[in-house]
Amino acid sequence: MIQAILVFNNHGKPRLVRFYQRFPEEIQQQIVRETFHLVLKRDDNICNFLEGGSLIGGSDYKLIYRHYATLYFVFCVDSSESELGILDLIQVFVETLDKCFENVCELDLIFHMDKVHYILQEVVMGGMVLETNMNEIVAQIEAQNRLEKAEGGLSAAPARAVSAVKNINLPEIPRNINIGDLNIKVPNLSQFV
Amino acid sequence: MSDIVEKTLTALPGLFLQNQAGGGPAAAKAPFSSRLGGLVRSITALTSKHEEEKLIQQELSSLKATVSAPTTTLKMMKECMVRLMYCEMLGYDASFGYIHAIKLAQQGNLLEKRVGYLAVSLFLHESHELLLLLVNTVVKDLQSTNLIEVCMALTIVSQIFPREMIPAVLPLIEDKLQHSKEIIRRKAVLALYKFHLIAPNQVQHIHVKFRKALCDRDVGVMAASLHIYFRMIKENSSGYKDLTGSFVTILKQVVGGKLPVDFNYHSVPAPWLQIQLLRILGLLGKDDQRTSELMYDVLDESLRRAELNHNVTYAILFECVHTVYSIYPKSELLEKAAKCIGKFVLSPKINLKYLGLKALTYVIQQDPTLALQHQMTIIECLDHPDPIIKRETLELLYRITNTQNVTVIVQKMLDYLHQSKEEYIIVNLVGKIAELAEKYAPDNAWFIQTMNAVFSVGGDVIHPDIPNNFLRLLAEGFDDEAEDQQLRLYAVQSYLTLLDVENVFYPQRFLQVMSWVLGEYSYLLDKEMTEEVITKLYRLLMSDSISSETKAWLIAAVTKLTPQAHSSNIVEKLIQEFTVSLDTCMRQHAFELKHLHENMELMKSLLPVDKSCEDMMVDASLSFLDGFVAEGLSQGAAPYKPHHQRQEEKLSQEKGLNFEPYGLSFSSSGFTGRQSPAGISLGSDVSGNSADTGLKETSSLKLEGIKKLWGKEGYLPKKENKTGDETEAPVPQETTIMENVDQAVTKKDQSQVLTQTKEEKEKQLLASSLFVGLGSESSVNLLGKADTVSHKFRRKSKVKESKSEETTSGYNVTCSSFSSLPNVAYEEDYLNTLQDRGDKELKKFSLSSELLDPESLTELPLVEKLSNCSLSTPSLFADNNMEIFHPSPCTTVSFAKEISLASSLLDETAESLNSDCMEICDNETISVSSHKIYKDDCLLVVWLVTNKSSTELKSANLEIFPTENFKGLLLWFLEITEQPECCLSITEAENTKIFQYSVQMEKPFMQGNLCGFVNYQTVDTLSAQLEFSVNLSLLDFIRPLKISTEDFGKLWLTFANDVKQNVKMSDSQAALPSTLETLEQKLRLHVVDIIGNEGLLACQLLPSTPCLVHCRVYADILALWFRSSCSTLPDYLLYQCQKVIEGS
Repeated sequence: MIQAILVFNNHGKPRLVRFYQRFPEEIQQQIVRETFHLVLKRDDNICNFLEGGSLIGGSDYKLIYRHYATLYFVFCVDSSESELGILDLIQVFVETLDKCFENVCELDLIFHMDKVHYILQEVVMGGMVLETNMNEIVAQIEAQNRLEKAEGGLSAAPARAVSAVKNINLPEIPRNINIGDLNIKVPNLSQFV
Repeated sequence: MSDIVEKTLTALPGLFLQNQAGGGPAAAKAPFSSRLGGLVRSITALTSKHEEEKLIQQELSSLKATVSAPTTTLKMMKECMVRLMYCEMLGYDASFGYIHAIKLAQQGNLLEKRVGYLAVSLFLHESHELLLLLVNTVVKDLQSTNLIEVCMALTIVSQIFPREMIPAVLPLIEDKLQHSKEIIRRKAVLALYKFHLIAPNQVQHIHVKFRKALCDRDVGVMAASLHIYFRMIKENSSGYKDLTGSFVTILKQVVGGKLPVDFNYHSVPAPWLQIQLLRILGLLGKDDQRTSELMYDVLDESLRRAELNHNVTYAILFECVHTVYSIYPKSELLEKAAKCIGKFVLSPKINLKYLGLKALTYVIQQDPTLALQHQMTIIECLDHPDPIIKRETLELLYRITNTQNVTVIVQKMLDYLHQSKEEYIIVNLVGKIAELAEKYAPDNAWFIQTMNAVFSVGGDVIHPDIPNNFLRLLAEGFDDEAEDQQLRLYAVQSYLTLLDVENVFYPQRFLQVMSWVLGEYSYLLDKEMTEEVITKLYRLLMSDSISSETKAWLIAAVTKLTPQAHSSNIVEKLIQEFTVSLDTCMRQHAFELKHLHENMELMKSLLPVDKSCEDMMVDASLSFLDGFVAEGLSQGAAPYKPHHQRQEEKLSQEKGLNFEPYGLSFSSSGFTGRQSPAGISLGSDVSGNSADTGLKETSSLKLEGIKKLWGKEGYLPKKENKTGDETEAPVPQETTIMENVDQAVTKKDQSQVLTQTKEEKEKQLLASSLFVGLGSESSVNLLGKADTVSHKFRRKSKVKESKSEETTSGYNVTCSSFSSLPNVAYEEDYLNTLQDRGDKELKKFSLSSELLDPESLTELPLVEKLSNCSLSTPSLFADNNMEIFHPSPCTTVSFAKEISLASSLLDETAESLNSDCMEICDNETISVSSHKIYKDDCLLVVWLVTNKSSTELKSANLEIFPTENFKGLLLWFLEITEQPECCLSITEAENTKIFQYSVQMEKPFMQGNLCGFVNYQTVDTLSAQLEFSVNLSLLDFIRPLKISTEDFGKLWLTFANDVKQNVKMSDSQAALPSTLETLEQKLRLHVVDIIGNEGLLACQLLPSTPCLVHCRVYADILALWFRSSCSTLPDYLLYQCQKVIEGS
C-alpha cells in the first residue's frame, strides 16, 4: 500500500502532498521536511530507494523517489509494493502529467494543484494503484475536462491565465537556469534504471 | 457549440443558474482566478520564512472573511478552497475552511463539488467529526445518474470514510459492482477493499462478490480485486488455495500476451498485474508442495519471457525470483532464479544491484553458496558510496556470520555505525552487533570491547534487552568457571580504564552497566583497588551529567563495595553528601547505606560477594516486626488488611454488580519492579510493606514471567529457525559447496598470479576473511557434526542437561497422564456401571477377563493407543497431530446373543440417560441401529450391528471415518477410541453385535456427523461395506454440574464470557420451578437453587467446561443470563433454552 505521495522542488517547497494514512498536520510537515533532507543528500546516480525515516514507520517503509529537473517525486510505500514497479508508476504519473499539461513544468503543479490531484486520483486511489494505463487515465481526465470546458466558455479560461503567468519572471526560478530547464523533461526510462 | 450546451444542460442542471446568480459582477471573476497566482508570486518573492508566515496569515485572514461572508458565491468559494489547500499544504492551519469544503461538496455543481470533495479529502481524516456531515452527500451522489458524481463519491469513500457509517453506503457500493461501466466497478472494488481494511467484519458477507470481481470481463476490475485477495491471502493463505488455479491461468494469459495491446507498458504486458499475481502465488505456494506444483510452469515461463532490458521487466524478474524462493523448491527453477540474482547483483545499474543484494539476503539461508559466488561484488558494495547499498550489504553479511568471520563483519558494522546518525538505523544495527557478539565472540577481550562499543555508540536509544542480557550473561557465566572469572575481570579492568579517561561522557545505560559490573566484580581485583573503584564511582556520582536513575545504580554499586573496602572515608563523605540530597530516592539510598555501614556484620551477610545469581533467604513474613505490630494494636491502631481485601470491602459497599473478577485485583507492590539488582537486595530490609508477604525476596535478577526471547546464543526464536534451515538444506548441495570453495580458492590463486593493484589485494583478503567458513561450516553441519563448531559463549551445559531432563520428564508426565489418569477414572467408573448392571448379565457377556482385571487396565489403553494409531484408524489420525488425541478409554466390545437382550442391556445402562434407539442404515444382510448414552464423563455411542441373513458372516468390522468432511466446522475434533476387539466377527447367523464408542469433544462445535462404515464378509461373496452416520450436537456433550449455591457464586465471578437474553414464556410454564425442571430434563442442566423469582442452573460441557445460568422471571418474561469460560457455549445454550421454552 502507498502511504504517501510527496512532490517537492529542489528547495524543499512542497508542490503536492497526499497522505493515505492519517498523520497529524505537524507530523505531515515534518515528514515532508525529513524526506526532503533524506533525498537531497543523494546524488542522482545512486539508487532510487531509501528506507523510510523514523517518522513514517522505520525500515518497513520504503521511500522511492525520482528527480525530474526541479522536482522530486517521492512515493512512500510499505513492503507489499514492488520497488521497481513503483519507480515505473512514478514515471507513468509524470508522463500522464506531461500529456495533460502539454510539456508540464513546476508552475503547472503550482497553479493547477487541484488538477494534479484529480490526475493522481485516477492513478492511485486510497493508497491502491487504480490504473497504470496512461491512455485510460488521460481518457478519464479528458472526460472531466469536457465539463470544465463547457463551463470555460462562460468564465475566464484558467489555461490562458496560466500561460500568462508562466512568462512572468519568478524570483524563485534559479537565475542561472534558463526557462527550458524548468520543464520537467520526461526522459528515457533507461537512464533511471 | 449547441450540442455542448445541450450536454451541459443535461449533465449539469443548474449550472446556468449558478452562473447567473454568482457571476453577476463580471469584474469580480478576474481577481479571483488570478488570486492564487498572486499569492504564489508573492510567496516566491519572499526571502525569509518569517515573511512567508506573515503573508500567509494575512491571506488566511482575508480568506476567512471571504468564506464566511454571506455574499460569497459557490464559485468564489471554489477558488478560495484551492487557495486554502495551498496554504494547508505549506503547513498552515486552515481549519476554519473545513466546514465550507463540506458545504461546497454538498451544494456545488459538478465542478465545485469536485473541488469540495478534494478539499475534504485533503483536510479531514477518518475520525474527524465533521466527516459525518458528508455521509448524506456521499449517499446522494452514489445514487446519482451522473457517472462523474458516482466516481467522485467512490473516490472519497476510498480515501476517507467514517467507519461507523459504512453500513449506510455499503449496499449502494455493492450495487455498483454490477454497474455497466468498468471504471465504476473498479472503483467500487477498491472502495470495498478500503472497508475490508478498516472494518473487515462488515464486509465479510460479500466475499462471494469479490470472487465475481476476480472473474470480471474487464481486466482493470480483476486487477483491482487482486488488491483484496493479496491482503486476504496474506492473512490466511489456507482459505484461498482453491483459487491458485485461477491465478495461474490469469498469469499465463497475461504472460502469453493475451491481453489487449492497451495494457502493454513499454511492450511488456501489464507488468503491475504480473507483479501482483506473482506475489499472490508466492504467498499461496509457501510450504505447500501441491499448490506450488501448479505454478512451476508459469513461473518458468515468466522467467523466460522477461528478457527485455527494461526497468519493468526487472521488476517482474525480481518478483519471480522472490516467488521461486518462497514456494516449495524445485531445483530447476532455483537454478534459473539464482542466475537471475546474478544478473541483478552484477548489473552496473545501482537500483538493480540494490535489489540483487536484497534478493541475496532473502535466499542466503537456503543457499549460502550464492554468497560465495558473488563475494567480490559484495565486498565492492561494502565500500559503495551509497549508504543504502552499504546497509543492505551489512544485512546480508549479518546473515552469513559465523565464528570465523565474526570479527571482520562486526568491525564493518561498527564502522558503518560510527558514520550514521539516524536513530532507527543505530537501534537496529546495535541490536544485530550485540547478537552476533554474544553468539560468536572469539575471545573475552574482543567481546567486552565490542560490547563497550555497542553501549557507547548505541547510547540511550538501544533496546533495554541488550544491557540486561549482557549483565545476565556475565552473572550466570558459562561452562568454565575460570573462564568466567577472566571475562568478569576483563570487564572490570576495561571499565576502569574507560572511567580514567578525562572529559568523556558515556551514555547513561553504559554507566549503569559499568556500575553494576564494578559493584559485583571489583572483588576480582586486588584488595587495595576497591577504594579506588569507590573513588571513581563517587566522582561519577558528583558529576552533573548523570541522571538520577544512574545515580541509583552507582550508589548501589558503592553499597556493594563498602563491606570489602578497608577504609571508608569516601563512603562516609558520600553518606554525608546524599543524606541531605533533595532527591528523595537518593536520600533513601544514602540512609540505607548509612545504617548498614554502622552494622558491618549485617552488611556483609546482606551483600555477599559474587552471589548475584543465588537466592537469598529472608524472613518474608516480617515476624521480627510482631512486637511492633502488637504495640500498635494495643494502642488502638486498626489491624492491617491486605490490599485485595480492602478493595473487596470497598466494592461490596458500593451498590450494583461488580463485573471484575475479584481474584485478579490483587497486585503486588513494593520493590519487585525495581531495575537495579542491588535495589532488590536491599528491598527486603527496608520495604516493610506487608503486601509483599508471601513473596519471596531474592537478591538475583527477577527472571520469572519474562518471556525468554534472548538467550546466550542470541535471539532464541531466530535460532530455532536457523537450525531448522540448516538441517533442511538438501544434501546434494554439499558437493556444490565444496566445488565453490574450490572455485573461490582457484579464483583467488589465479587473480593473485595476475598483476594486482594493492587495493584489489586488500579486497581479496577481506573476502577471504568475510566468507571464511561459509562453505565449510555448512558442510560440517550437513555431516551432522554441527556441535563441533565451538561457540564461545555457549549456554552452560548444566542448564542444557537439566532442560532436556525437564522436557523428557515433562513428556513422561504427559504420557502417564495420557495413559493412566483419565483412564483409570473412567475404567473404574465403567466397572461400577458394569457392577450396577448386576452380575447376572455380566456373566452373559463374554468380556475378556483381563478387562476386568484392574491392574492390567492401566496398561491396556496405551497399547490401544498404539494399535489405534498404527493400525485401525490411520485415516482418522492421518491429518491431525497425534498428540491432541488423548486416547480415552474405551469401551468394551460386548456382544449379546439376542436383540432383546441387547435392548434390555441398554435400558439398564446404569443411571445414565440415553437416547432412543434408531435404525440408521440397513441392507439385506445387515442392519445397523444406533443410540447415544449420556455418561457422566463422555458420550457413548452404541451401534448395534445385526446380521439379518440366515448365513454366517465371516467377519464384520466397524470403522469410524475422520470428520474432516465437514467443511466449515473447523473446530471439529472428536476423540474416538475403539477396542481392537472390534473386529471380532459376527459369525453366527441372525446375531447382533454391539459396538460402543466413547466420544469426547476436543473443542466446542455446534453440530456434526460421526460417520463410519461396517465392513463385512459373507461366506460366499466378497467383502461389502455399508456406510452410516450419526448426528452429534453440542447438546450431547452437556452434563449437569452439581455444585452448591456458594460455589456457583464463586464460579460466576470468574467467568468472562456472558450472554443475556429475555425469553417470553407461554402461560403454561409461567412458574419458575416448572420451567427449570423442563430445562433440567431436556438440556440436562442441573438446578442449583431457586430463590424467589430467581433460579440458578449449572451445567458443563464435557470434558470440563462449566457454564452457569442465572434466570429471573418477570411476569411472563424469563431473563436468562449465561456465563462460561468458553465463549461459544453461552450463545449455544441460550439458543437451546429458547428452543425448549418457546417450543413447549
